[in-house]
Amino acid sequence: MAGKLDILARHPRSEDRLLAILHDLQEASPDNALTKDDLTLVADHLGLPLSRVHDAVTFYSMFSLRPRGRHVIRVCDSPHCHLEGAWSVLEELKRRLGIGEGETTGDGMFTLELSSCLGVCGVAPVMMVDDEMVGKLTPDKLQQVIDRYREGQ
Amino acid sequence: MRLARAHVLIGVDDEARLAGVEDVIRLMSTALEEAGLTDEVQLVETGTLGVSGHGVVLVVYPEGVYYGDVTPEDVPLIVEEHLLKGRPVGALRLPSAAPAVRPAQVYERQRRVVLRNCGLIDPGNIDEYVAAGGYEALGKALTQMSPEQVVAEVKNSGLRGRGGAGFPTGLKWEMVRRASGGPKYVVCNADEGEPGTFKDRLILEGDPHKLVESMILCGYACGAKQGYVYIRGEYTLSIERIERAIQQAREYGLLGEDIMGSGVTFDMEVRPGAGAYVCGEETSLLESLEGKRGWPRMRPPYPVTSGLWGKPTALNNVETLANVPEIIVGGSDWYKSLGTSACTGTKVYTILGHVRFPGLVEVEMGTPLRTLVYDLGGGLPEGRTLKAVLVGGAAGAFISPRALDVRMDYESLRDWAAALGSGAILVMDESACMVDMLGSVLRFFRHESCGQCVPCRAGTDRLVQLLDDIQRGLAAEGALEEMERLAAVMQVASLCPLGQSVILPLSTAVQSFREEFVSHMGGDGCTVCEQVREVAAR
Repeated sequence: MAGKLDILARHPRSEDRLLAILHDLQEASPDNALTKDDLTLVADHLGLPLSRVHDAVTFYSMFSLRPRGRHVIRVCDSPHCHLEGAWSVLEELKRRLGIGEGETTGDGMFTLELSSCLGVCGVAPVMMVDDEMVGKLTPDKLQQVIDRYREGQ
Repeated sequence: MRLARAHVLIGVDDEARLAGVEDVIRLMSTALEEAGLTDEVQLVETGTLGVSGHGVVLVVYPEGVYYGDVTPEDVPLIVEEHLLKGRPVGALRLPSAAPAVRPAQVYERQRRVVLRNCGLIDPGNIDEYVAAGGYEALGKALTQMSPEQVVAEVKNSGLRGRGGAGFPTGLKWEMVRRASGGPKYVVCNADEGEPGTFKDRLILEGDPHKLVESMILCGYACGAKQGYVYIRGEYTLSIERIERAIQQAREYGLLGEDIMGSGVTFDMEVRPGAGAYVCGEETSLLESLEGKRGWPRMRPPYPVTSGLWGKPTALNNVETLANVPEIIVGGSDWYKSLGTSACTGTKVYTILGHVRFPGLVEVEMGTPLRTLVYDLGGGLPEGRTLKAVLVGGAAGAFISPRALDVRMDYESLRDWAAALGSGAILVMDESACMVDMLGSVLRFFRHESCGQCVPCRAGTDRLVQLLDDIQRGLAAEGALEEMERLAAVMQVASLCPLGQSVILPLSTAVQSFREEFVSHMGGDGCTVCEQVREVAAR
C-alpha cells in the first residue's frame, strides 16, 4: 500500500497522467494486473469518478484487470510476422505452455497474449516477454526462452 | 571533442538490443582499454545504421567497414585484427553488395534530410547534436525570424504531413496560430502502430534532439507554450531517449522560460500510450492524452481549433516535424528543390520481407517503387520471383509487379495516397498466399477496431468471417462482391480512418489477385493455407 501511495505521489493530480499512473501501478504489481483498489486509489488521486478510470483501463490492451502470470508473453501477429510464420510460432507456444490465447499457465508463470506490430520487423517473427524483445523465433528458441524464464525466477 | 584515429559506431536500436548489443559495447570498451587504444579509438553509441536483420551492426571509420551479426565473442578479433593491426576481419563483414555498406552508391539514390544524423551521432549526447548543426534552426528562428515568418517558411517549403493524410504542414500551423482561444498546444504523434512501420521509432532513438528542436520551433510558430509527445507504450527505448533529451535541453536553457534569452517560453513532456492502434488517429490520440479511452471524435471541429482540452492544437507526426529544422536552416527554396513539384522533400521507408537487404532508407518524394525494392532493398534473393508489395502496412495497398513503376508521392499514388504515410514496404515472393495475407490484415483490423461505431465494429468482424469461408473453400457465390460492398459501406460510414481504410488493402488484393481468391472459393488446394490450417488444428 505504501508503495502504491509513493507511486501516486510522483504524479501531479492531472487527468492526463492517468495512463502513466496506471502503467506504474501495474508494473509494481506481482501479477501484472490492476486491482479494483488500485482503480479507486487512482480515481481519488485524480478526483475522477471510478467509472471514468474503469472505462479507460478496459480500453487499452496493455492493462489487465485479471491477474496475469509473472511474465506476459506477447506474440506479434501483424502481416509481416505472419508472412514469416508467426502463426506456427503461436501454435507451438500454445502447445508447449498448454494454454490458449489470453490464458495463464497453472503455475502462474506465463500469460499468453497477441500483440499488434512491435516495430522490430527486421527480425520477424517476434514476441515480447515483459520488456524483452525476442526475434527470429523458432521452436527451439521458444523452448530456450521458456526455460530461461522458468529457471530465472 | 577529442580527436581520434578511428571511430567505431555501434547502432543501438531495439533490434540491436535484442541481439545483445549491451554486452558487445561493454566488452568492446574493456578490450579497447586493455589494448591501450582508448585515446586512439573512439567508441560511439549511435542510432540505427540502416541495416535490418543483422543483429548488432557496427562500422569502423575512416575505412567505413561494416560488421554485422557481431557477437561478444567477435569483439577481441575486431579489436586485435582491425583496430590494432589494421586488417579488417573479412568473415564478419556485411556482404559488400548490401546498399548500406556502399555509402557512395546509396547516397547517390538516398537523400538524407530527416535521417541526417541517424547512425552518426550519439543520441544520448546533446553536444554531439549541437556539433552536427543542431539547435541552429532554433537560434535562427528565435533571433532572426518572427513566428509568422517561420510559418511562412514552412508553408512555402511545401512540406506535407508524413502521417498519412498529407495535409500541408505550414497551413496547419497557420490555422493554429490564427485560431482564437488558448492556451494552445503542440502535440507530436509518435504512436506508430501501423504494421511493418518503425521509421518514427528509429528517428526517436537515433536523433531525439531533432524532435525536441522541432517541437520548440512549432510552439514558437503557433504561439504554444506546452508540448506533448505521445509515444507507444511498447517503445521503451524511444521513451527513455526522448526523456533524456528533454532533460538535457532543459539544462542547456533550450526548454523552459526565456529560451536563448529570447523571452520565449516552451516546455514539453512525454506521455506513453497503452497499446491501442486507433490512438494513432489524431482525435483518438487527443482523447487518450486527456486520460480517456481512445475513442475518435467527430470532426469537425478539427484539432487546429479544438484539440487537446478543446484548445487549438498543432498535431504533427514525428517524421513531419523532423523536416522542420532542415527547412529553417536550408531555406524553403532549397527544400522545394527536393522531390516533385506537388510533393516536396524526402520520405523515409522501411523495406522488409523477401528482399536481400531489409532496412531503413530515405529518398526523394516521387522515387519509383521499383527503385526502392530493387536498388535499395537489393531485390529478391536469387531464384525467387516477386509476387506483390504491400505498401503502407495493414491500411495499405497490395501492389502487383505490373504496377511497380508507380512513383511514390501523394499525387502519383492518388487513391492509395494514405498508404504513403507509414512508409512500410513489405515485399512478398511467390510463396505468399494473397488470401492468407489479406486474412492477416483483416484480423488485425478486427482486433484493433475500437468498437465505437457500428460499421467498423460489425464490418471488420463480418469481413474476417467471409474471408475465412473463402480460405476454407466454403464461401457462397458472391462472397467476394459482398466483401467489397461491405468495405465500401465502411469507407463512407465509419467514424475514423481505421474503418474507412479497410477498403484499400481489400480492393487492391482482390483486383490484382482475383484468380487466387476464386480458386480458393472453388476448393482448389493452396499449400500455404493448408499449412496454416494444419498447424491451427493441432
